[in-house]
Amino acid sequence: MSKLGNLGARLYRGEVGYDFVGKRKIWYGISILITITAIVGLAVRGLNMGIEFSGGAVFTTPTTSVSAEQAKRTAEDTSGHPAIVQKLGNNTLRVQVSELTTEQSRTTQAALAKKLDVPLNKINADIVGPSWGDQIANKAWTGLAVFMILVVIYLAIAFEWRMAIAALIALIHDLTITVGVYALVGFEVTPGTVIGLLTILGYSLYDTVVVFDGLKESSKEITKQTRWTYSEIANRSLNGTLVRSINTTVVALLPVAGLLFIGGGFLGAGMLNDISLALFVGLAAGAYSSIFIATPLVADLKERDPQMRALAKRVAAKRAAATAKAESGEGEPQDEESYGEEPEDAAPAGIVRQATPRNRGGRGRPSGKRR
Amino acid sequence: MAAPKKGRRSPGGQGRPGRVLALILIAMVALTGGMFASGRTTPRLGIDLAGGTSFTLKAKNEPGKPNAINDTNMNTAVGIIERRVNGLGVSEAEVQTQGRDHIVVNIPKGTNAEQARQQVGTTAKLGFRPVLSVAPGAKAPEPNTSPSAGGKDKGDKSGDKSKDDKNKPSGSPSPSASTQGRAVTDALKADAATTPSASASAGTDDKGAKKDDKSKQDTNPSPAPADVAALQKKLDALDCSTKEGRSAASEAAARSAVTDTIVACKKDGSAKEILGPVSVEGTGVSSASAVFDSQQGRGWIVQLKFTSGGSKKFADVTGQLATKQSPQNQFAIVLDGEVVSDPSVSTSINGGQAEINGGFTQQSAQDLANVLSYGSLPLSFSVETETTVTAALGGEQLRAGLIAGAIGLALVIIYLVAYYRGLALVALASLLCSAILTYVIMVLLGQAIGFALNLPAVCGAIVAIGITADSFIVYFERIRDEIREGRTLRPAVERGWPRARRTILVSDFVSFLAAAVLFIVTVGKVQGFAFTLGLTTLLDVVVVFFFTKPLMTLLARRKFFASGHPWSGLDPKRLGAKPPLRGSRRRPSAPVDPKEA
Repeated sequence: MSKLGNLGARLYRGEVGYDFVGKRKIWYGISILITITAIVGLAVRGLNMGIEFSGGAVFTTPTTSVSAEQAKRTAEDTSGHPAIVQKLGNNTLRVQVSELTTEQSRTTQAALAKKLDVPLNKINADIVGPSWGDQIANKAWTGLAVFMILVVIYLAIAFEWRMAIAALIALIHDLTITVGVYALVGFEVTPGTVIGLLTILGYSLYDTVVVFDGLKESSKEITKQTRWTYSEIANRSLNGTLVRSINTTVVALLPVAGLLFIGGGFLGAGMLNDISLALFVGLAAGAYSSIFIATPLVADLKERDPQMRALAKRVAAKRAAATAKAESGEGEPQDEESYGEEPEDAAPAGIVRQATPRNRGGRGRPSGKRR
Repeated sequence: MAAPKKGRRSPGGQGRPGRVLALILIAMVALTGGMFASGRTTPRLGIDLAGGTSFTLKAKNEPGKPNAINDTNMNTAVGIIERRVNGLGVSEAEVQTQGRDHIVVNIPKGTNAEQARQQVGTTAKLGFRPVLSVAPGAKAPEPNTSPSAGGKDKGDKSGDKSKDDKNKPSGSPSPSASTQGRAVTDALKADAATTPSASASAGTDDKGAKKDDKSKQDTNPSPAPADVAALQKKLDALDCSTKEGRSAASEAAARSAVTDTIVACKKDGSAKEILGPVSVEGTGVSSASAVFDSQQGRGWIVQLKFTSGGSKKFADVTGQLATKQSPQNQFAIVLDGEVVSDPSVSTSINGGQAEINGGFTQQSAQDLANVLSYGSLPLSFSVETETTVTAALGGEQLRAGLIAGAIGLALVIIYLVAYYRGLALVALASLLCSAILTYVIMVLLGQAIGFALNLPAVCGAIVAIGITADSFIVYFERIRDEIREGRTLRPAVERGWPRARRTILVSDFVSFLAAAVLFIVTVGKVQGFAFTLGLTTLLDVVVVFFFTKPLMTLLARRKFFASGHPWSGLDPKRLGAKPPLRGSRRRPSAPVDPKEA
């Protein structure tokens, strides 16, 4: 782990770094691809809505030797609706029949009891009306809308509108991917899933806000220097918070992964699994998007700002001048240029990750002070 | 839960970390002590984890309203029942429609099922009707003698106290100076002087001028003599002394239109009354609450607040009633066809408030207030079945899930120790502190407001591990950054804090905002989940401010950490700290070696 510690130090000093902002087009492309896949999956396969949304009943049996196949036939014959039967860990059966009326569910329950040769009350019936899931989901959507509006307002005040928009896009990105994964994997969508999605909502924004906070701090006095463009500073700030981002993501994902893979491994599908899948995908997407999508988006938006454009121009001019100087043999080698191809997108060199890279220190600044 | 306010204040910086630590430890011990004192050491579990009771309600078709059972009404009813059984949004009761005319209500174990049944089944149609005539509760033996006394019966719901003394069908003038069952707001006097004048013949002075605000005069015609006779007959036939009689009477009364003059029983069966049309409807009530009246010693009462429209009507009506003779200066508060209380009025009551009293227990007062607050159901329901359900998620599955969660947590610990070494101890202690607080508060809330832990809430808590740990990680990274700047540990701990604090507050605010919006906008499970998320977020702030930070400050004084022991996680060498260049703390140092890129 000491390697990692060193890496942290080098990231901190800007010795190493990944050019997130410069290579943003690649990541945008990847994200768009994933999102399209998700939407296509959603359109083609659709979501496997649980009985909470379609209405129906779930019967849980005591430990039995009756096979799932037999139980399935019994349930389908009695109810006239397709049944899904799962064998749970301890040889109990979970029989799920959708679109059942109360009456049908009673007869099905009785038929199952007979088949299994157990008293009626040993079979637990959980009957659900179709409105329930809808009701929960509808209210959840309302909550989502209200939350998004509020959070955009809050971020616009606490940070700025560009960050608010970027955070919102990242959030929608995360939610789309998560829903898409559900469509592709074919996991059942239960109210638990909806709740998992809502958790992501909070977490994804939380993560984005932590990254933005670093960015805000880094770019506080950006117009007072001419060494780096906004994009470069954004990138530097991202690399500076990278260790934190990785650590937080690992810490958040490990328990969920435990639930999903270990729990899911010996439990088969179940409510825990439903939720933890949503969480796992969503948390991962949230961490990814706050680094690869949200911050580059902010940089993109920011670079359209006249002030930032002017800054970029100044920086470019200064670099050109410095290069000229270097070529004429009197300057020291310019690390910026040796670092990336285009000055515009080059990862910033230098050591500080503070917001205010200072400009004194002997490098020429022929064109730096235009303002 | 005073947490958020406290969280804003930063505990005196470097000042007295020991004291702050002691404070939170004392708070923890106190809370834990409270938990043990309250006698429950496990949180109340939701229906999906613990099982519970399930009711099936069937909407009743009412004569005259053939199309009343429709989706809109059913959904409204679900909403109202939901709020009744889950007023605070955290008890994890589930209410759902089933088919066209059924509603299923699932109540987690540990809730009083009997009380819940009462709450869900009550239609709660409230109305204020003027009293036209009062008679003793029992069926009148001879049609003629009945209608005199009893004007003074009290609204004692349980009825044991009041029954005997003043409700003999004798027509005794019992002046009943008791203030019980009487006063509505302070403006109302007990009016001990109201002798039960023999005004039993209904309709002499029908007080029916309900919605007509302007007419201070009684413009409504009294019921025609034939009606009077019919009403009187009905009244005589009414038997309020038996439960069956009362329920039949209340059903009949509940069915009648608001403009009808009706006969109804008092809830305790002590009297029966002829009541005029509804003068103020239940929709005029904006909220209701149960309070203990210690000043006038009336015990538990239910306070009503009217809407502005309701309050005007109420003032007008009471103004008119006050001019009447007893019992016609009384009005009856009718709930689902039963007279809950029938106070008399001596002046017009302004101010938009009223009280219902009448021997409530705390429970019954709270139940009534609860039911009134959330409005009346658009339909009436009968409880069709009541079954005990087992947990949807078998114990087996829950246990496996917990084991899986524990393994995940162990991995987190290994990761933290490997990466942060000594600092991991701080992180783990903080997580532990947070976990204890969360657990204890959940247990206590289970008692206080019926909070129930369900599966989504458990998931919320698992995610909270990430959010909580993140606060420490943000702080640790700040400290390490400061050390990389060449600072020693003690100043690094203090300098890193303000910036870490801001990040933590800003990001926790977003998380809390999500929780708050979800809690307000949604219902049921989502609400319970949002509550857990909000709670853990608040606790995160508390723990970081009052535990992690002071602990860090204290540890920074220990040699092990201050000297940067390799296992402390703060070894300047391993962190790659550079001695400050030229004394400038933010001075960028030498250009980057290109090879590193």
